[in-house]
Amino acid sequence: MSGARQLTRLLDRPRAFLRLHQSLTVIISAALVLTVLPYIATWYPFNGFGVQKDWVGGFADAGVFVLLAVGLNVVVGLAGLLDLGYAAFFAIGAYTYAYGASSFTGLHIPFWIMLVIGAAVAALFGLLLGAPTLRLRGDYLAIVTLGFGEIVPVVILNADAYTRGTNGITGLAQPDLYGLLGINGFGFTNPYLYFGTVVVIVAIAFIFLQRLQDSRIGRAWVAIREDELAAASMGINTVSTKLLAFAIGATTSGLAGVFYASKLGVVSPDQFGFTVSFTVLAMVVLGGMGNIWGVAAGAFVIFEIQHQGLKQLGAFIQGLNVPVVTLGPLKIDIGSINFINYQYLLYGLALVTMMLLRPEGLFPSRRRRLELHEDTDEVAELLADEMLEP
Amino acid sequence: MTVAVAAPAAPNPTPSPSTLLRLSGVNTYYGRIHALQGIDIEVKQDEIVTLIGSNGAGKTTTLKTISGLLHPREGTVEFDGKDVTHTAAHELVKEGIAHAPEGRRIFSRLSVRENMLMGGFTRSASERAEDLERGLTLFPRLRERLDQKGGSLSGGEQQMLAIARALMSRPRLLLLDEPSLGLSPILVQQIFQLITEIKRQGVTILLVEQNALQALAVADRGYVLQTGKVILADTAAGLAANPDVRRAYLGEI
Repeated sequence: MSGARQLTRLLDRPRAFLRLHQSLTVIISAALVLTVLPYIATWYPFNGFGVQKDWVGGFADAGVFVLLAVGLNVVVGLAGLLDLGYAAFFAIGAYTYAYGASSFTGLHIPFWIMLVIGAAVAALFGLLLGAPTLRLRGDYLAIVTLGFGEIVPVVILNADAYTRGTNGITGLAQPDLYGLLGINGFGFTNPYLYFGTVVVIVAIAFIFLQRLQDSRIGRAWVAIREDELAAASMGINTVSTKLLAFAIGATTSGLAGVFYASKLGVVSPDQFGFTVSFTVLAMVVLGGMGNIWGVAAGAFVIFEIQHQGLKQLGAFIQGLNVPVVTLGPLKIDIGSINFINYQYLLYGLALVTMMLLRPEGLFPSRRRRLELHEDTDEVAELLADEMLEP
Repeated sequence: MTVAVAAPAAPNPTPSPSTLLRLSGVNTYYGRIHALQGIDIEVKQDEIVTLIGSNGAGKTTTLKTISGLLHPREGTVEFDGKDVTHTAAHELVKEGIAHAPEGRRIFSRLSVRENMLMGGFTRSASERAEDLERGLTLFPRLRERLDQKGGSLSGGEQQMLAIARALMSRPRLLLLDEPSLGLSPILVQQIFQLITEIKRQGVTILLVEQNALQALAVADRGYVLQTGKVILADTAAGLAANPDVRRAYLGEI
């Protein structure tokens, strides 16, 4: 016990430093992720699952979900607005890229500009959806966003003339660095640059969102999440503050969409269904609502479990050669289970277990921890001190 | 406390101080329900004015209409000579109206300190720190509870927090909705003492109360509301002496 306390003490100063220099922390972390992750992928046992290149490609996809999760965290975790149709903005970002950089429209706007355009278009849709619906509360907002999340892919599916329907739009341009810094070669066979790009995008989003969270707007989100009427009585413009949360969430999702589309080279409506909205929401909840680091870690872990873990779990158990058990008519063959088929069952179990044992998520924000546990006076003081800063 | 009795009257000999708030012919609806039916109310600078009346008379609706949480369909609300009938609630906080709403509505998962700082949302960080100190001097009990969650406070402490939080925006007009609701008699006494103290510090107060006896004891003037209309307006002493009021609201037979 006292040993643990001493350790905490020892870590206090570096912690305080990192808290004070949040942006620097993000940059250092991004650099670490960029250099260390591809290296770890070559270690045993990871190297048995795939070559480094495949791992890095997977990391780049994971980055997309990290970006989605930190964006949704603003809406759900900070402002307390339950958005069940978040994938719609992801789709809007992706299709914006498809329109701006493919032979379908004949436009070939550079990826880097399309990032901004895609984010802006998604933000616009966020405002369009938010303005009339954010007056709704709780459950009603959830239903409307759920509807929006369904409508967008259905429209894309049926508006063949404009979207090529179920076939999707193919042949999207890949990012180009124009030989800058002497490097080039974004490509399906070279995921490294995609990985680097997504880490940079995520890092920028992180810095931006952290600063926002610590600002006046961040405080207003907390107040609205706790009690909207009281928040209005405090002088908070609840409508515009909620709208801002929604728009920021949409913007982040739009960025993710553009990147995802460019990496995959193809967009089709089935990539943006409810399962995406649900997966991202599960990442936010399991990671630790309200804590941007927790949410990012949660997203990464869940993505890797989904795309590598479950696959490897099957292979691993097959390797154990568990004998087939026959119980009358029931034949149990653990070795032949395809765990990917059960991923939503496993999700459900993980969510239920989590809510029972650790409702604040894997890596909760200090505020959530305070809300769910009584014994954290220091945390309370710390949070309040932050509020005194401008 | 003892010095202040006669002092404020001396530099301002004019008999009627300026009007801070005026409601003229205010009609407010909840959908099709006609809640306020032509209300006229006036509150002068440095007064305590109380609204009394039974459940459903429109007292809370009147406060919500003043603070911008509701807007009247007809009539006007003037604050400090400005028409604020359609001004949004968050703008009115900046204008100087603070509302401690019915049911306290404190942020139960935030600490007492955070609750108070949230009350100073419209003010600068340094002003907030200063006002926090000022509020804690007025409510020493809250200082002891500073890092507790708002929800863990007792009813009386929560009410103090609701008032202290409302004062953090440095209002000129404080709207109090049923501050004595659900409190023990001793706490009710304390709350009313605090109300007079807040008035003494230069905040005008519009007080809604079911506890008419106590309210009339601290107020300068009062209005009696019934089914969305003002049926009686008088000085507090006049109302307290009125046999109809005594029968209907002060529990006399």
